[in-house]
Amino acid sequence: MDVINDRREAGPSALTSGKPVDNGKLFCSLLRTCNMYTNKSRLQFLAPLVIFIVLAVFLWRGLSLDPRQLPSPLINKPVPTFKLITLEDAQQNFSNKNLLGHVSLVNVWATWCITCQVEHPILMDIAHASPIPIYAIDYKDDRATALKWLQSHGNPYKMVGFDGDGKVSINWGVYGTPETFVVDKKGIIRYKLIGVLTPEVWQHEILPLIDKL
Amino acid sequence: MIPELGYFALILALGMALIQAIFPLLGIWRDKMSWIVLAKPVALGQFLFLVLSFFCLIYAFVTDDFSVAYVAQNSNTQLPLLYKVAAVWGAHEGSVLLWVTILGFWTALVAVFSKKIPLQMHARVLAVLGFISSGFLLFLITTSSPFRRLLLNTPAQGIDLNPLLQDPGLASHPPMLYMGYVGFSVAFAFAIAALLTNKVDAAWARWMRPWTIAAWCFLTLGITLGSWWAYRVLGWGGWWFWDPVENASFLPWLAGTALIHSLLVTEKRGSFKSWTLLLAICVFSLSLVGTFLVRSGVLVSVHAFANDPARGKFLLLFLAVVIGCGLLLYALRAPFIKGGSYFSLLSRETFLLANNVLLIVAMTTILLGTLYPLIIDALGLGNISVGPPYFNAVFVPLMIPLLFLMGVGPLCYWREMNLKVLLMRLLYPAIIAVFLSLLLLLMTTDKIPVMVFIGLALACWVILVTVKSMLLKGWPLSFNHIGMALAHIGIAVCVIGITMTSYYKLERDVRMQPGDITTVGAYDFKFMGLTNLQGPNYTGLIADFQVTHKDQFVTLLHAQKRLYTAQQIPDTRAAIDAGIFRDLYVALGDPLNNNAWAVRIYYKPFVRWIWWGGLLMVLGGICALKNSISKRYIN
Repeated sequence: MDVINDRREAGPSALTSGKPVDNGKLFCSLLRTCNMYTNKSRLQFLAPLVIFIVLAVFLWRGLSLDPRQLPSPLINKPVPTFKLITLEDAQQNFSNKNLLGHVSLVNVWATWCITCQVEHPILMDIAHASPIPIYAIDYKDDRATALKWLQSHGNPYKMVGFDGDGKVSINWGVYGTPETFVVDKKGIIRYKLIGVLTPEVWQHEILPLIDKL
Repeated sequence: MIPELGYFALILALGMALIQAIFPLLGIWRDKMSWIVLAKPVALGQFLFLVLSFFCLIYAFVTDDFSVAYVAQNSNTQLPLLYKVAAVWGAHEGSVLLWVTILGFWTALVAVFSKKIPLQMHARVLAVLGFISSGFLLFLITTSSPFRRLLLNTPAQGIDLNPLLQDPGLASHPPMLYMGYVGFSVAFAFAIAALLTNKVDAAWARWMRPWTIAAWCFLTLGITLGSWWAYRVLGWGGWWFWDPVENASFLPWLAGTALIHSLLVTEKRGSFKSWTLLLAICVFSLSLVGTFLVRSGVLVSVHAFANDPARGKFLLLFLAVVIGCGLLLYALRAPFIKGGSYFSLLSRETFLLANNVLLIVAMTTILLGTLYPLIIDALGLGNISVGPPYFNAVFVPLMIPLLFLMGVGPLCYWREMNLKVLLMRLLYPAIIAVFLSLLLLLMTTDKIPVMVFIGLALACWVILVTVKSMLLKGWPLSFNHIGMALAHIGIAVCVIGITMTSYYKLERDVRMQPGDITTVGAYDFKFMGLTNLQGPNYTGLIADFQVTHKDQFVTLLHAQKRLYTAQQIPDTRAAIDAGIFRDLYVALGDPLNNNAWAVRIYYKPFVRWIWWGGLLMVLGGICALKNSISKRYIN
């Protein structure tokens, strides 16, 4: 950093003294500041501002955005081979076989996931109103807590696979909870939703799709 | 009449805040002494009006004035008096008023304790504080006035305060937290004033340090109280959930801890100047971002507050102006700040730098985890949750080197240290720490989890080295040194608590009928039966549990299930038998068939140490504060 050089070119600096500044001098110092940033080593001081601006843009968009769906590379591909113990009983398994022969929903959730708690009543409604079975993968959770949670809040799932270390969920391409998959009779993933399954999404996207399958 | 008076006082306070923000700076520019000296009386006047407004709201709550919308939504005639007062900050509008009033309080303190600060510097600091206050007052008056009336149809009865918030822990938790958040505004104001004058020196660091430590103490106390409240009231027996709102308070704490250490170097050695400035701006920015996250509803959280996008937009714009201007000023001026004095690779400066880097990396990873769902959403990729698995995985590995370095730093000299001398100093504490923790573990269990050993050994290490640093320093110790020692030991105590309770806790969720016995660890819990409960604004049941240990009576626990009558909200109050080495925790769940109940029984070893550690840190902060205040502001 050659602070000394800059100082010499500009003469006594208005910026560095605490004295009153007149407009002419202020303009000069602004010009000099612009020159200064052609010097690479000083760009580092701009970094915090740039990071903050990027963050602020995200926060601004966050104020107005709703959940959206995301195409997954797994769509129209068979469900990855998996085998999980069920939440209720460690002797029982939840695997590809359970998903064959009928159209089903697979919901990935966890008790620590606050968004999932928002989604839960909607899943309860669907379980009551629709014959489509909902299966679940309990992602990186505590077994006892999850069981207790389902007991006290109601269990919309036909079967819950317990994925304590999250390895099976990785194969399913899970970004974060909650996520919901639609699997057809042949065990092929036809649809994936990241985020809360809202009644609108259910009515306008998933139900029409299921009717076609 | 009184609510209108409160509203009017807010408007007057806004006027004064605007004067405080504009006139001192104009005065410095135009060289008008009378405008510069205006800052102090106006700051005091602003505080007076804010206090008046705050008391008007308290009055409205205490007198059950349900014509005021905010009171009607958050109070009830049957609410006990203590909670009527606490309900003032139980929801959005009132907590913003509390925020501004606390800012007024800090500003008034800065205005009064200014003897040794040059007049221009002082005026600039007050102007920055005035600007922040104007923004928040404008926010309060335009979007979230707590004095709005329901004149046409005044309800006869209020809706009541959220039952979860009816607890002594909550009555004190937000004010403490806000004292911390807002207190960092003073550090921010000092940083901006220093950037405006380009005068960053040891004297500046000396003025700023007590304010930073004071704010940090309050924030630490606030977080500790919040954790204790969550443990007792939420009924899950957890003490930290990595919830976005908790993270919002933890982020400024991490950055603030870094700032305290970096300020120390700036004060003693004149180094790290621009880094200290950046940290001061960052800490307050994080406090503001925290406020924004809680108030705007961009993130889903268990902390239920009414949210409104218009409020979010206002806050975000204000945030962008304050933080953006601060960072822009930093980008323009920081390159001119001259570097500090020389230090070698092996010196206390290096270790403090490493401490700062680790703390800031930890802060950034938590910020990332907290905002990741939001960023994914903003990019149109969906709406997801990031939970404890992420935070534990990234946070714990960063704390291990931090704790290790915490032991080395205090035994190192400033400027330069001989490696051999340093190693000799560290040798015995290291050996004793490893053996002591192994011995402790072998005495209690036969298999030793690696993480428990690491946690215990590091905690012993920090305590031993801190004690050694006191011995090396010799009597009499300065308050600064005692403060450092207490705070570091506090961290160690906290680490012991977290390690032990995470690995050795026992949790049973069982179905119990009266007469049943459940064994958890070495304790037998017998469900004695249920009795009815009648509270001031709730009814409920008390379940009695007799606890025995090897047939010896230990205690009788009374777990409560309450139903708050006004809103018909059920609430669980866990019964806790607190002890130095373990807590026994019983919470009553939902009724099942055949007179049976779901019961949660927890055995939580060392859980209290977490909060004791927090209190020790606060005590350490107060010690350090005593020294710096009496040196810099009073004599």
